[in-house]
Amino acid sequence: MSIKLTIMEQMAQVAREQGRALAPLRDDLALLDSGLDSLSIAVLVARLEDRLGTDPFTSGEDVHFPVTVGDFVKAYENGAR
Amino acid sequence: MARAEAKSLRHYVELGSADRFFFDRAAQVRVADLARGTSFRGGLGDLAGRAVLIATSSQLTSALALIELDGVVRRITILPPDVDRAHLNALIADAEIDAVVIDDEAQRASYGLPVCAVCSPSIAPIEQREPAAFRTEWVLLTSGTTGVPKMVVHSLAGLAAAIAPRTDNNVMVWGTFYDIRRYGGLQIFLRAVFGGASLILSSAGEPVADHLARLARHGVTHLSGTPSHWRRALMSPEIGRIAPRYVRLSGEIADQTILDNLRATFPQASIGHAYASTEAGVGFAVDDSLAGFPSSYLNGVRNGVEMKVVDGSLCLRSSGAASGYVARRATLRDDDGFVDSGDMVERRGDRFYFVGRRGGIINIGGLKVHPEEVEAVINRHPQVRMSLVRPKRSPFTGAIAIADVVLKSECQRAEDETGLKNEILDLCRNALPRHKVPAAISIVPALAVAATGKLARRA
Repeated sequence: MSIKLTIMEQMAQVAREQGRALAPLRDDLALLDSGLDSLSIAVLVARLEDRLGTDPFTSGEDVHFPVTVGDFVKAYENGAR
Repeated sequence: MARAEAKSLRHYVELGSADRFFFDRAAQVRVADLARGTSFRGGLGDLAGRAVLIATSSQLTSALALIELDGVVRRITILPPDVDRAHLNALIADAEIDAVVIDDEAQRASYGLPVCAVCSPSIAPIEQREPAAFRTEWVLLTSGTTGVPKMVVHSLAGLAAAIAPRTDNNVMVWGTFYDIRRYGGLQIFLRAVFGGASLILSSAGEPVADHLARLARHGVTHLSGTPSHWRRALMSPEIGRIAPRYVRLSGEIADQTILDNLRATFPQASIGHAYASTEAGVGFAVDDSLAGFPSSYLNGVRNGVEMKVVDGSLCLRSSGAASGYVARRATLRDDDGFVDSGDMVERRGDRFYFVGRRGGIINIGGLKVHPEEVEAVINRHPQVRMSLVRPKRSPFTGAIAIADVVLKSECQRAEDETGLKNEILDLCRNALPRHKVPAAISIVPALAVAATGKLARRA
């Protein structure tokens, strides 16, 4: 499964668990408009670390906060290279 | 530094320009109108000399009530919106509360107190006002701990001890991500009141983007929040619309990442992180854009505050500290007048860094979690032998809780392990508020136990 697909699947899963309505995901959608709040995103990142073996937001020295869904996915795709 | 004179808050409403407002999402109040007007719809006179609970639904009406009641009532107890209603009767009894201020008529019956006054953001003329005859006690609730929150007693002079007088006449517009009904937010409210500044408050349930858009529209110059608030704000595209001169963080550990991100976002701003606690008051502010604080802060008295480190915990002695707890024997200060903050620090080089709370309470975006209470839930699962809940750093909430679980017998298949993790998470979701549910569960072969027989909590 592609990294992006895994992320999308986990986003849906976490949204379900956290009782939040997930907006239709597009790359240019602001992460905060996706329906996920800070806690949901933190949980999502922990889950993805479990699935993908990496956490691009706490491992690097130079951390940039993802603004859009596309930025968020890219952080993982860049980390996988 | 400290304000020598204890003038009541109402004294400051005519400071600043005629365009000085308090805003929330739904309303705006011209502050100077409070000089000859009132936010109360009757009942203000009945509050004089009483012990009053401020239980409004909005921050804005709380702000107006605080200004009008300081000096007029004997004791103000401020009810934060997230306090468990189950504790209300205990709080009312302990603080001897005999009057309540609300902003929603529907709440009138729910407190069962002799006097109930209703406050609103529309200011009506007032003929005669109760004199400021009291040195009002301000009672604040501590956050997050299990059980009934502790009620901490302050004076206005103590709360204002760290607020330096203005040295310029520039237009000042404060914004706060914090709720002003907690110590950190109240500091910002008081800075706005004493500084003749406007104040932009958030409304319940307001999306971050909308709040940021309002901060931009009203020209925020000074903005304060916890590192978690700021992390959330930095993720919003609206962040580019504001350009505060002063950016302030407090309430959680400000790490270098968040300070660097704010520096990059607001290159022109002065960025400071402050240390304060409801009990100890404001300790200090750091403005060198580095995490932690210089070890020299422990030398002598700085701005009326002395600090020392005892067994790793930061202890403070200050005129800004609370005088004590309401209805509790527990003493807040030691024999020398120091308040033990329970905030653990570590010295590295010539700086001290905060490492967490004594006892390892996990702070998730400002909400506190005791690892033990989550472990107790996990351990209820019949296949669990023991568990350890520990914090993991998260740039989104400061920290999250992760659980390491030891099973009674090993799972034979990977699918069994996944199913079990889901069962444990379901158990947690049914028993705990959402922030206390572990973000992830790891099945581990064993957990280290210290010589005391307790789980080794720090790796």
